[in-house]
Amino acid sequence: MAKSITVDSLDIYYGDFLAVEGVSMTIKARSVTAFIGPSGCGKSTFLRSLNRMHEVIPGARVEGKVMVDGQSLYDSAVDPVAVRRQIGMVFQRPNPFPTMSIYENVLAGNRLNSKKMKKSEADDVVERSLKGANLWNEVKDRLGKPGMGLSGGQQQRLCIARAIAVEPQVLLMDEPCSALDPISTSAIEDLIHELKTDYTIVIVTHNMQQAARVSDETGFFNLKAAGEPGHLVEFNSTQKMFANPDNEATEAYISGRFG
Amino acid sequence: MSVTTAPVRTAPEAVSFTAARLPRIAPALVAVVAVAAAALPVLLLGWGPVAWAILSALVFLVALPVWAGVVEGRRGATDRLMTGLVWTACAIAVVPLASLLWTVVDRGLPRISSTFLTFSMYRTSLDQEVGIYHALIGTLLITIGAAVISVPIGIMAAIYLIEYGKGSRLAGWITFLVDVMTGIPSIVAGLFAFSVFILLFGPSYRSGIGGSVALSLLMIPVVVRSTEEMLRLVPADLREASYALGVPKWRTIVKVVLPTALGGIVTGVTLAIARVVGETAPLLLIAGLTTRTNFNLFDGRMTTLPVLIYTQNANPGIAETPGGTPPGVEIAWGAALVLIVIVMLLNLVARVIGRIFAPKTGH
Repeated sequence: MAKSITVDSLDIYYGDFLAVEGVSMTIKARSVTAFIGPSGCGKSTFLRSLNRMHEVIPGARVEGKVMVDGQSLYDSAVDPVAVRRQIGMVFQRPNPFPTMSIYENVLAGNRLNSKKMKKSEADDVVERSLKGANLWNEVKDRLGKPGMGLSGGQQQRLCIARAIAVEPQVLLMDEPCSALDPISTSAIEDLIHELKTDYTIVIVTHNMQQAARVSDETGFFNLKAAGEPGHLVEFNSTQKMFANPDNEATEAYISGRFG
Repeated sequence: MSVTTAPVRTAPEAVSFTAARLPRIAPALVAVVAVAAAALPVLLLGWGPVAWAILSALVFLVALPVWAGVVEGRRGATDRLMTGLVWTACAIAVVPLASLLWTVVDRGLPRISSTFLTFSMYRTSLDQEVGIYHALIGTLLITIGAAVISVPIGIMAAIYLIEYGKGSRLAGWITFLVDVMTGIPSIVAGLFAFSVFILLFGPSYRSGIGGSVALSLLMIPVVVRSTEEMLRLVPADLREASYALGVPKWRTIVKVVLPTALGGIVTGVTLAIARVVGETAPLLLIAGLTTRTNFNLFDGRMTTLPVLIYTQNANPGIAETPGGTPPGVEIAWGAALVLIVIVMLLNLVARVIGRIFAPKTGH
């Protein structure tokens, strides 16, 4: 079910401002790829360009290639809506739909697209997704209650359940734990480990230990200088990255001597 | 990092958190004294109750800060003075409203009866009972017509402004024109509708729908404005969450953005209706005046409550007993009460709906 992503010399712009320059990498299927780097270096921007969420912001555009399964995402014939159905996203702040119950939130991807579903089928999807997101046991008795009534960590897992309910090929996570306490964080990290068997996962994190714990490969982004565009400094297996990086700047950042 | 020894701080003598305070009943005490003190010149000089109230307030506003200044110091005095001023301003704002409501209820209530609400002004002999049924129907139909015209236009315009046209020049112009429209005098809207229908259907054309068009001109900017504000409050996070699930933009707007903002939008629409329900001038022009009940919005004159109030006051007729209230004035008070009740009900409905549709956060 999972797909790999190939990125080739991608430049990302906000209007005339070049935010990220010349990124090339291959994100492996069924693995966790983490992006680290200082704030404002374009990690999130790059992540959002992988499912064309980037262009939701007026004036934003990209140049270069993102290939998923042999198709270029930025071809003129490609429908961004279809891309986003295959490449799901979890955001920094949990954002369940406030007008919907827990049950409806999980089904949102189907319901909002007016996909017809039998009740039993819908129940299955909800149970499978919530179990997949490690939330089932906590909410199974109150599926009809509003999603906003959950704690922050539960809301974030609800958002993950909502994202995997539509069975995407790839799951993008933009600092999914930055608003959560250590216990919820650890629950989500465990979850990422489990999801890895079915999904390609790309995660942006500010937490170096988290990148080391959950990811198989790591990309380090940095700014060349203040006001310059961000770029990919190094992309390697996580083990190598944290033990013996190729680039001095990477080592400096990871060991905390920088930024 | 070298370890430096922090300079040893000597403990301060003793920190006191207590200071002299006025007793808790001080404001009440000063109020009573102020009212009593103000009563003296009022009684001596024979002033009325309004002067008494103003004088009491002034005495209170001087006495309490002075006392607080002596006991609590400058900050206490300023605090008491500002608190007093805020309360006075609040009272000044509420008193006319309460007085108006009281007058209307007092003078209108005796006129309200089942006949008053179910009979029209049409009668074939002078001893027959009259009522405001025709104006009630007129008000309801014309207002519903105005709402039907302006709610879809207003909400869709707001959706364009927030979801599609953000930052574009066209959206800037529309926003500007909507702001200008908010300031259009209602008589101008009436003249516009009047001339449009006269040009289309001839000089003697009068109908309720013309009134609806005039009112919708006044209503659209209010609906656009309030809907715009509500849509702006919907967090961008929710839109992105929906896009990330592969939901197209239009479905995101219809199924995520609008439901999230629905409470506020409905409240805004209801308040816009409440705002135009009392319009007189435009309806006087195009909807005209009749004594009969007219259910057809598209043909013939229609009376509304504000127009009825205006005309009854202008031509009140002759009182049965010399020096009594003319019948027209009584009808006007009764109609005014009914109109206020309608507006109040609309406001209540808006609140209830707003609460029902508000995003739920409960457990």
